[in-house]
Amino acid sequence: MTQVDTETELSTISDQGNASKFSFGVLQFPGSNSDQDCVNAIEVLGHEAHYVWHKEESLGHLDAVLVPGGFSYGDYLRAGAIARFSPVMRALADFAENGGLVLGVCNGFQILCEAGLLPGALILNRSLQFRSEFVHLSTVNSDTPFTKAIPADQLMRVPIAHGEGCYFADGSTLNEMESHGQILWKYATAQGDVEDHANPNGSVHGIAGVCNKAGNVAALMPHPERACQEAIGSADGQWIFRSLIEHLKDAK
Amino acid sequence: MMVPVRFEWQIMKVKIIITPKKAVLDPQGQAVLNALEHMGYDGVKDVHVGRFLELELSGDKASMESRIEEACHRFLSNPVIEDYRVEWEE
Repeated sequence: MTQVDTETELSTISDQGNASKFSFGVLQFPGSNSDQDCVNAIEVLGHEAHYVWHKEESLGHLDAVLVPGGFSYGDYLRAGAIARFSPVMRALADFAENGGLVLGVCNGFQILCEAGLLPGALILNRSLQFRSEFVHLSTVNSDTPFTKAIPADQLMRVPIAHGEGCYFADGSTLNEMESHGQILWKYATAQGDVEDHANPNGSVHGIAGVCNKAGNVAALMPHPERACQEAIGSADGQWIFRSLIEHLKDAK
Repeated sequence: MMVPVRFEWQIMKVKIIITPKKAVLDPQGQAVLNALEHMGYDGVKDVHVGRFLELELSGDKASMESRIEEACHRFLSNPVIEDYRVEWEE
């Protein structure tokens, strides 16, 4: 399968000359560590990103919010269990309720599930190992704000770094999610096949990322914000941020 | 029989035991089970690894009970993947 040369492709459809910049908020909790990479991922595409400290009670005017990876509150009690009660999460819930775009990565996924903004939960990797490696993602639903710019059959090679990334939801929840197109990405081989040995953590159905029923809140365990430059291994993560930007443009 | 007073201050301890739901993968439990088998502890059929919390409280027992139940459901356990039980001690 021919893979699109991501960095070249993306640079030919760059935003140079587009004066209208979107504003992304990046939440920061004590222990978040991928917040700077999230800001970089947005700035590299020509838009604005601002940190939002977890104690803020209002988000201000933002076009979208990123909930970054890390070990908020040391993963104490359960990963994301304490962060979900930070003051900023009330503002985030309102933002999401009003249709605002929210993307969570890794610990962000855990926080959004704990907050009930996404279905299911993340549990210990089935291997009991912390996995830090590249994976391939196959896009299951390309008709969302988080996936619309991803070319058909494009696999994304992105890194994971997690010990509690096994996605779990019970049978009836999974059926509902499947029928509403809420499964966004699955772990796949380099050839694009969703198979058990490509699944690094035991997630049910090889699920790497999901969205809510309304389609405005999504999250994934892999780190697209750590795959925005070929020089550090992959620029495939840009497709997800590109999708968000394209969606925001379409909505204007 | 004691007539309950309207407001009763007490010092209490509560133990909260949180376990993974049966439907959820429990690789930790499996790892411990395998280790026990290898160590020669026959007859161990299953192991579940959970979490244990001990809270020291002071206040009105009746309202504390419902508050702690709420805290268990809302925060101390994740009802999607865990069950909990509460044991009170005075």
